[in-house]
Amino acid sequence: MSVLVDRNTRIMVQGITGGQGRRVVEQAKSYATRIVAGVTPGKGGAEVEGVPVFDTVAEAVRRTGANASLILVPAAFAADAILEAVDAEVPVIACIAEGVPILDMLKVKHAIAGRASVLVGPNCPGVLTPEQCRLGIMPTYIAAPGPVGVVSRSGTLTYETVHALTRHGLGQSTCVGIGGDPIAGTSFVDALGRFEQDPQTKAVVLIGEIGGNEEEAAAEFAKTQMRKPVVAFIAGRSAPPGKRMGHAGAIISGGRGGAKEKIAALERAGIQVASAPEEIPALVQPLLH
Amino acid sequence: MNIHEYQAKQLLARYEVPVPKGKVVTTPEEAEAAAREIGGAAFAVKAQIHAGGRGKAGGIKLAKSPAEVKRAAAEILGKVLVTPQTGPAGKKVRRVWVEPATEISRELYLGLLVDRATAQVAVMASAAGGMEIEAVVKHSPEKIFTERIDPAAGLMPFQVRKLAFALELSGEQSKELGALVRGLYRAFLELDCSLIEINPLVVTKPGKLLALDAKVNFDDSALYRHPELEAWRDEAEEDPIEAQARKLGVSYVHLDGSIGCLVNGAGLAMTTMDVIKARGGSPANFLDLGGRADTEAVAQALSLIMADPKVKVILINIFAGIIRCDMIAEGIIAAVKQMSLKVPMVIRLSGTNYEKGRQMLRDSGLAFTMAETLNEAAEKAVALLQSQIPGA
Repeated sequence: MSVLVDRNTRIMVQGITGGQGRRVVEQAKSYATRIVAGVTPGKGGAEVEGVPVFDTVAEAVRRTGANASLILVPAAFAADAILEAVDAEVPVIACIAEGVPILDMLKVKHAIAGRASVLVGPNCPGVLTPEQCRLGIMPTYIAAPGPVGVVSRSGTLTYETVHALTRHGLGQSTCVGIGGDPIAGTSFVDALGRFEQDPQTKAVVLIGEIGGNEEEAAAEFAKTQMRKPVVAFIAGRSAPPGKRMGHAGAIISGGRGGAKEKIAALERAGIQVASAPEEIPALVQPLLH
Repeated sequence: MNIHEYQAKQLLARYEVPVPKGKVVTTPEEAEAAAREIGGAAFAVKAQIHAGGRGKAGGIKLAKSPAEVKRAAAEILGKVLVTPQTGPAGKKVRRVWVEPATEISRELYLGLLVDRATAQVAVMASAAGGMEIEAVVKHSPEKIFTERIDPAAGLMPFQVRKLAFALELSGEQSKELGALVRGLYRAFLELDCSLIEINPLVVTKPGKLLALDAKVNFDDSALYRHPELEAWRDEAEEDPIEAQARKLGVSYVHLDGSIGCLVNGAGLAMTTMDVIKARGGSPANFLDLGGRADTEAVAQALSLIMADPKVKVILINIFAGIIRCDMIAEGIIAAVKQMSLKVPMVIRLSGTNYEKGRQMLRDSGLAFTMAETLNEAAEKAVALLQSQIPGA
């Protein structure tokens, strides 16, 4: 078992004819990932590495039974691409683009509410269920199947953590990159809820950072709604207020969103917080027995 | 992106927000002429910098005549203002805004921002205007009234009524507030703002609402659809290295330490800073190389880091997931040779082809210090720094 994606996931790539689209299709051949369709408006009828390209998402779904979409279009077109996938009732959508305007995401967030789709991202590496499906751009060789769920707002920091877990013999059920934007399709709480329901997942690693109060909400959720243990790491203890630290969402503003408050909230909820990513495996190990 | 108060006032005036009619000037003589043109018996002369807290720092002065305006402008122009928002170095005043002085009966606060948790534009209002709103939020949150706007329904009249009653405004003032908030909301959406703040929004002695100060921030991710806003950017207000980084498309934040950081990924870059600090060092910058690993990208990043004279040691921390460590090693070696860099470097490579990358660095003939883990890298960087301080 896993969350969001597994070996039955049939992926469509929106923006398949771009450079990143082609790379993802090529890499999918050597990893357990089924890419069944691509969408690029105006390029219907073409093929990318043997994958058929369609003009619209609706047609791609109808013709190939795609049940997940990987959106690789540039940020300026992301909202349109996401809502086209929502319109076609694609169950799982991952949007990779960094730099989607916040008001675009505000509209998307409201348009998607109550619909059949789950959005992951934007500004994220997507979702990886080791040896079953990669819906995104996470490096696959660092991961291995196992009992640890990973959910994170960051990219390379996630890879670093997953790599450390794997080297310590701690495989992963699914790694979910929820992204570094202030408004995201999937929140920590959404992801924790899925891991709690997933029989394969025995413990969850949560990687947060400064900005917003998602980590505080996650702490509350873990304390009141979860039986599975959670280990956390928060990036940005040394970040100054009022400065955006790379990610659009990583900013301490109005005196709120600092790492100290987040760590305190997590610890109050009984969650162990690692002081460096390399310390995470040692905290997870004892929780699995 | 931030703009000046005078720009924000000019911009918001287009959205029917009542603002004092003033002029922006760069010399005392122009200030005097502006005061004559504006007319009246009293004026406010306000320093234009991208930071709040100007009043307490001596950046806002009242004047009773055009001659006094000239004197006030002479005092403020060229002065370096240090406020809680400027940092210790302060900001030099290059322009002042001259406007008619306003007789104030009440000072209110009005702000629009995106509420991340609900994904809605929130209107925040308070009768405790003029103060730093952060302090009000922290110490007396009950004094802040918030209305979140449904993006489909838009700002509804009942929401304006709730705010107006909470602020204890008269019937006429409630109508003015409605027009004002509608104008601000329209500006917020049309211009892709991330923040609009009117602090204070005053009730004048004659009982009219007036935006006495204005702060507007734009969403950097949406600037591409507002090319006209680029003309409003004041580069002199930006940190020079950060401005250079922005032009190169590198994510860089200037800090005040002495260990330069070159990292790939924002989360990992923050973590690198955190671990340096935990080991007793102090990071000079945040820098995310992104998905690039070529010589040009590494050279650009190193030149940004070295533009800060405080940098004494560089820590490179790379986790290669999508890129490869041998590519990054090649980039580092070429860039260091090309720039003839002499500053000590601690390098930690991890991920794809890290053994090959480390071997290349060892074989390069350059004096790199290698580290296996981030903790080890930070310890070595701090040790190298301390060895440079005479007597330490």
